Amino acid sequence: MIMLSDYLLFAAVLFVISMAGIFLNRKNLVLILMCIELMLLAVNTNLVAFSHYLNDVQGQIFVFFILTVAAAEAAIGLAILVLVFRHRRQIRVDDLDELKG
Amino acid sequence: MSFAQLVFYGFAGIAVLAAVMMITVRNPVKAALWLVLTFVSAAGVWLMAQAEFLGLVLILVYVGAVLVLFLFVVMMLDINLAEMKEGFAQYLPIGIIVSLVVFGLIYLVVGPEHFGLDKTGLPPVHGEDYSNTKAIAVPLYTQHAYAFVLAAVLLLVGIVAAIALTLRRRAPSEALYQDIDAQVRVCAEDRLTMVKMAPEVEPDRVEQGEAEEKRS
Repeated sequence: MIMLSDYLLFAAVLFVISMAGIFLNRKNLVLILMCIELMLLAVNTNLVAFSHYLNDVQGQIFVFFILTVAAAEAAIGLAILVLVFRHRRQIRVDDLDELKG
Repeated sequence: MSFAQLVFYGFAGIAVLAAVMMITVRNPVKAALWLVLTFVSAAGVWLMAQAEFLGLVLILVYVGAVLVLFLFVVMMLDINLAEMKEGFAQYLPIGIIVSLVVFGLIYLVVGPEHFGLDKTGLPPVHGEDYSNTKAIAVPLYTQHAYAFVLAAVLLLVGIVAAIALTLRRRAPSEALYQDIDAQVRVCAEDRLTMVKMAPEVEPDRVEQGEAEEKRS
């Protein structure tokens, strides 16, 4: 039988890989957005696994809402990316340091 | 190893490999394609956890819409590939170290010691007539109805924000915009003139007339 910890460790591996991806590709805004999507997937896998083992469907409803929010986030993030590219002709993250609060 | 375990580890392995490829590959377009493979295999893992509806939604909505949107944007932008990988080797050691440390910490919490089968017990087995879609839908439309409507509003806000951000207002002279006012105000009398003609045409001029019609 598949253990609950298998699911959780699979999600942990995905989460850690996406975190490393943010470290490695810190120049590239597109890759960072993709890594955030992968992180959300890992967290959702946790929720799905717990929902399965606890026999409680609320976890899957939560995943449903997270997917909605993630879709909106991806759309707006890509829109901002396109704006950045139009202004600067490249998407280096290092250049986006003018907005000092 | 049972068949279910084999399928689970197959999907999980493909997902992890594809994720590693995604973060290491040079070309962002290829990275997006590897991300698609990761999501499809993760959907397989969700199916193994009997979240059938969400697994299919992940493929349909996420792979079909969001990741294709990523591909569109990545292909539209002209990204300098060499510049993008600057500092990759520089951050590789710290990336690996931090990843291993974080994974070790997570393993201490969620490893088989605390969430093995002897602690959680076997997952419930549902009968043939169990519908995962129905099980999600009933509380979604009753207990979480307000949240559901709010999610719809959020998507609408997302659409409006994305369009408002990327909309480019150019001078009317420089772009070929539709002038909807003018289009609506058009009436037939402005464009169409009725010409009175004699009903008969002389035989030798018929061919000429046809040629003129074709030209017009």
